[in-house]
Amino acid sequence: MDRYDSIIVGAGHNGLVCAAYLARNGQRVLVLEAAPAPGGLAADREFHPGFHTSIAHSIGHFSSKVAGDLNLAAHGFTTAKRRLPVLGLRLNGEHLVVDGDSLAGVGADDAAAYKNHRARMGRFATTLSPFWLKTMPRISGGSLADWTTFGRIGFNLRRMGREDFREFLRVASLPARDLMDEQFSDAVLKAVLSWDGLIGSKLAPRSPNGAVPAMLYRMAEAARGGHSIPSGGVPGLIQSLQRAAESLGAEIRCAAEVRRILVGGSSAGLAVKGVQLANGEQIEAARVVSAVDPKRTFLDLVGVRYLDIGFTNRIRRLRCDGTVGKLHLALSGLPEFSGLPQPNGRMILAPDMDAIEFAFDDAKHGELPVHPVMEILMPSLADASLAPPGQHVLSAQVLYVPYRLKGGWNDAAGERMRERAIDAIAQYAPRIREQIIHGEFLTPEDVALGCRVTGGHWHHVEFALDQMLMMRPTYEAAQYQTPIPGLYLCGAGCHPGGDLTGAPGHNAAQEILR
Amino acid sequence: MSRYDAIVIGAGHNGLTNAAYLAKAGLKVVVLEKNDYIGGAAVSRELHEGWTYSNCSYVCSMMRQAIHRDLNLSRHGLILVPYLGTINFGQGDERLLAYHDEEAAHLELKRHSPRDADAMQRLQADLTRYSQLIRKTLLRTPPDPASFRLRDLGELLFLAKQFGALGEREIYEYVRFFTMSAAEFLDDYFENDLVKASMATPGIIGTALGVYSPGSAYILLHHVMGDVDGNIGAWGLARGGMGAISKAIAGALAENGGEIRTESPVQRVLVQNRRVVGVVLDNGDEVRARVVVSNLDAKHTFTRILDRRDLPEGIYEKARHFKIRGSSGKVNIALSGLPKFAGVPDNPHLNRGGQAFIGSMETLERAYDCWKRGRWSDEPFVESVIPSAWDPTVAPPGKHWMSNFVQYCPPTLADGPWTPEKRERFGRTVVDRVAQYSPGFKDLIVHMEVRTPHDIEQEIGLTEGNIFQGELTLDQLFFNRPFPGHGQYRMPLRNLYLCGSSTHPGGGVSAACGANAAREILRDLRRPNTVPDDDFHDE
Amino acid sequence: MSTPDPYAGERLKLSPFHPRQQALNIRDAWTSWNGYKFAEHYYEAEYEYFCVRNLCATYDISPMQKYQIQGPDAQTLLNRMVTRDVAKVGLNRVAYCVWCTDAGRVIDDGTIFRLAADRFLLTCGSPCTAWLERSAYGFAEVEVKDLSDALAALSLQGPTACAVLKKLGLDGIDAVKPFDIRHFSLHGTALMVSRTGFTGDLGYELWIEPDRALELWDALYAAGAHYGIHPYGETATNMARLEAGFIMPGMEFNEALKTVHFEHDQTPFELNLGWLVDFNKPHFSGRRALLEEKRRGPKYTLTKLDVEGNRPAEGGSRIYGNKRCTKAVGYVTSAMWSPAAKANIALAMIRTEHRQGALWAEIYYEKELRQYSRVAKCTPLRKPFWAPPRARATPPPDY
Repeated sequence: MDRYDSIIVGAGHNGLVCAAYLARNGQRVLVLEAAPAPGGLAADREFHPGFHTSIAHSIGHFSSKVAGDLNLAAHGFTTAKRRLPVLGLRLNGEHLVVDGDSLAGVGADDAAAYKNHRARMGRFATTLSPFWLKTMPRISGGSLADWTTFGRIGFNLRRMGREDFREFLRVASLPARDLMDEQFSDAVLKAVLSWDGLIGSKLAPRSPNGAVPAMLYRMAEAARGGHSIPSGGVPGLIQSLQRAAESLGAEIRCAAEVRRILVGGSSAGLAVKGVQLANGEQIEAARVVSAVDPKRTFLDLVGVRYLDIGFTNRIRRLRCDGTVGKLHLALSGLPEFSGLPQPNGRMILAPDMDAIEFAFDDAKHGELPVHPVMEILMPSLADASLAPPGQHVLSAQVLYVPYRLKGGWNDAAGERMRERAIDAIAQYAPRIREQIIHGEFLTPEDVALGCRVTGGHWHHVEFALDQMLMMRPTYEAAQYQTPIPGLYLCGAGCHPGGDLTGAPGHNAAQEILR
Repeated sequence: MSRYDAIVIGAGHNGLTNAAYLAKAGLKVVVLEKNDYIGGAAVSRELHEGWTYSNCSYVCSMMRQAIHRDLNLSRHGLILVPYLGTINFGQGDERLLAYHDEEAAHLELKRHSPRDADAMQRLQADLTRYSQLIRKTLLRTPPDPASFRLRDLGELLFLAKQFGALGEREIYEYVRFFTMSAAEFLDDYFENDLVKASMATPGIIGTALGVYSPGSAYILLHHVMGDVDGNIGAWGLARGGMGAISKAIAGALAENGGEIRTESPVQRVLVQNRRVVGVVLDNGDEVRARVVVSNLDAKHTFTRILDRRDLPEGIYEKARHFKIRGSSGKVNIALSGLPKFAGVPDNPHLNRGGQAFIGSMETLERAYDCWKRGRWSDEPFVESVIPSAWDPTVAPPGKHWMSNFVQYCPPTLADGPWTPEKRERFGRTVVDRVAQYSPGFKDLIVHMEVRTPHDIEQEIGLTEGNIFQGELTLDQLFFNRPFPGHGQYRMPLRNLYLCGSSTHPGGGVSAACGANAAREILRDLRRPNTVPDDDFHDE
Repeated sequence: MSTPDPYAGERLKLSPFHPRQQALNIRDAWTSWNGYKFAEHYYEAEYEYFCVRNLCATYDISPMQKYQIQGPDAQTLLNRMVTRDVAKVGLNRVAYCVWCTDAGRVIDDGTIFRLAADRFLLTCGSPCTAWLERSAYGFAEVEVKDLSDALAALSLQGPTACAVLKKLGLDGIDAVKPFDIRHFSLHGTALMVSRTGFTGDLGYELWIEPDRALELWDALYAAGAHYGIHPYGETATNMARLEAGFIMPGMEFNEALKTVHFEHDQTPFELNLGWLVDFNKPHFSGRRALLEEKRRGPKYTLTKLDVEGNRPAEGGSRIYGNKRCTKAVGYVTSAMWSPAAKANIALAMIRTEHRQGALWAEIYYEKELRQYSRVAKCTPLRKPFWAPPRARATPPPDY
């Protein structure tokens, strides 16, 4: 049997980032991936011959530190210089365009308010951004470093000035709807600006406590929340990470599903021994780092017998029901959205916040949204190689699609959802149906099964105040170490959270190497 | 023109409390009330001959006993009696009876789920723990987190110590309580839908949140942190109705030489050189004073009785953004006899408690969904209590009055404003809801008063009829209440104070807001403090 | 048809032995336990106590909570839940156990009966369904069944207990060792007998289906007629268990899941039950916390005290490290005058670092309504106040 310093379970982007850092530090690292190719939710998906996309369809706040440390540019990771504008589509064709600091297509009051909003959120985001790449302290840890981190958070917040600090303490828990209503009057603008606070979470515009932290998290990098599509699409990032990790000596094995994380026990307690693959093969390692979501890691791969009962319950009760469905269309040509010269950007189809709220209400009760709202992207515009010449890929993130559908998911329900989503698009792009060569709809359950992520949740664990920071995923495992010696977490279920950031993988590696 | 040390606008229970403490310190105080009765939302009113309705608030648990004792409210006629538990009505024949005796309650829960019966004990211990921490802050002025003054730092340290004493695990559990939805929080305890729903309902009472909205777990805590004689979570009825509380506090005010003028609506607050100097009444009379204390909600105060031009920059906007949403209705019913409920034993102990017409978690949430759409649900959540079952003063012998609190009821309807006809229909919905579980109910009805958020606003002055004078969400709690930077009862205009539930600790008949405001006013006027400390620091 | 009792939901449940016990409870001295009507005493507490110590007496343990845990994962489940190594409990053997939170705080204590390789009976004083459900989560092959109302149980304690059971016709009962289980048949019904109890004396517990409970009672009382058999209630039990040094929830420890204040619950080490914690097991719930506790030493240690004089140091009395009573080092949890040992005994929680030094109890007492206090010297004891050899002897003597 081989023996490695570290085995990483799961070659999602965080697993690859963590592997690369460990390998860079001289560790002998093996990454095991169940799927035939790495990437997880960012993996390439040829959903129709010649048509490529990935479940995560753009990159918002990938850590520039990680990209720099791992020299990803040298491995082919380049992002378009121009960030994708956010397009708020209106039925009358008079769309609004949010492009970083600039905003077009709204009244003067809203434009002025946007400046203030953008500046204020920018200040908040700047204050918080250092902490996304830091291990959160443990309250009972009592080490000086821990308290220093706490102190620095407090100090940075206070340094914003008295007014900003006070406002931060108020705004941080505001529902997206209130935040928008306080500042803006344009219904589409409100829907567009609240989008990044809601998508991926089980949150509606009226839900307090979660939206603003999500917005600020997504504004962590210099682009302040601006998205882009790298060459090769999002899978291009994965390729560069894979190359970076491999060039640093990490070994990546795909189609190697880990069935169990092996835990040995003696009178000295428990210790991780390695992993067992689905084919029965056992691989030994000094430590196992799981990029898999916490529920799956602990409840399925480790097994409750090695866990304390209270801890098991804290893992079990983690909220991780996905809310986002994914629509992929192979199109014979570029779709025409009324009033839009070029569908190049993140197109938000949500007439107002009520529309988002009501779609949420349906899903909350385990029903299909009658009028889904969504974000549409045309990845093939960024990289023509993603579709056959002249043809295009449409990728849409559809809100809200329940993970637990009343009566359960089946083909008919999936089709109904796909048709509703296409109908919603057809309101803005009337001729779209004529262009569809093939369409697929991925429900959260499909994502859960296909990507082996509990609940099909983007963030592995719902991004909510009680499941953030030093409580992510639970306080016993929030510093990437787990109660089982030698077992670490490095996935989106850890601080700081989901999305394509590389931060959990980076932070976990720092802890392991400490 | 008359001159006072202090004017209190509004004779709600907090206004009266505030005035009583100022008067106790020797100040010359007048309370100005627009209605011809005092009490605000803590009133007893004979709206049908022989029947006295507590037509707004109807039960009490947060009343600070330190104040009760300090103002001698018992001597002024107040007696609070705990009422026995609540019968929870589920779907169809499902009933969850709340027995007073712990073992009987356990067995009743066990009938629904043995696991939940155990979990209830854990929940009670947890609620007690979390309540104890919050309770310690009720009669204290919140610190300003942005201040480096010794007093604020001291308060912050006090809080940190209280948190620290919880131990690591419980600190995190506490965060859950503060931020989660009631439903998801209770998922950790219960599997049975009705058991869960019965505990979730305090999480939505009075608020524009649903059982699944993050933040509703805190509302739940807000409703269970009170106590009657140290029994945390118990609720009590005031003999003679909720007006007895206001009456007793008014008695204490009079005893200390304070004055109350009813039918004296304040038209506006007088401001000179950025200082508040008095008020002008509707009839044009001016009343001047060193300080003006508003018992009205923050939005009402800053957008309706203050001139926008008198306000420092930004305050008007803050007040306008202050979330004070109408979400509750109230139906008061005079009955010719005690209603009987299907599936409930004819046990007088049970029937002296309350009734919660729930349905299921989904029914509760769907009622909220209706509210969002500017409608009321056909199956609203109704929390009822029949005070006449033990209070002989509120209805003729053998007759009864029933208080029905309804969640949700929109402040304005999708199809236009409230009309008498719509109100009538709303009342019918509520009666139908009760009658669904009490077949002969409609035949007992002698008189009925239906109150929508609109009616409550018109009569009591609470913006949108919000019973808490402002939503109890994190952005409006503690030092954020009513606005960041103004959480210490002093308002951004000199000599202007707020003393209603728009301030910490928020809604409920606690008298704490009024007392806390008095402490700060006396401090500013360099008078000795007359407000007592709370009395359970070693809980 | 008569109208249903409107108070049915509030009335206490009746034990399967109730008809006989009611007849003997001539003063109607009832209290309750887990919703069952339960005797405080039947005739007189001290009389019943002496029946336990001198003859034999029965105690109704039907209200105790009983759970059957069955399936291939049953042992793994229990081994993760309790601190002892259940694998070491042989077939038809009983083990006293505690189970803890992750923080190593005692949730409850109880006994585990191994009835087959994959079948156990767990008994405890308070309902445990929710914790068992949590403990069972993630185990595919185990079933937890609440047998509390499906199994009647009667404890028979005292020096003549074995003789009575012999007289009842339980052949071979004298070969049953402490913590052994033996299965018999009573008039064709399965009767399980375990040599267990809560008195520190010779004694057995008899387990039978509720429908046959009265039959067992009658047969037992017929067999015991010449051996002075008598029922005893809660008060006498509490006396006997204190002499034996056994702990009671609500007295010596607070059930962790119902504890409001931080660390106002106890660890096994604080309860002097370190011997129940088997660190040779690689894992059990609370192991990490308890290892840390062992390394650091418990804050308090439950200590048996022999108190000077004859005034019991009622529960709540403070213990001091000096006679002037200025240095508080602990508090009494249970105390009484021991009629068997003729000693003034107490269980007390003492700050561990002060256990070796001199200890003084401040005792409040009254003499015909006038209140007095005195300071009494306390001597820590290692052994129980009462531990007669017959409790461990096999075969036990007949009286």
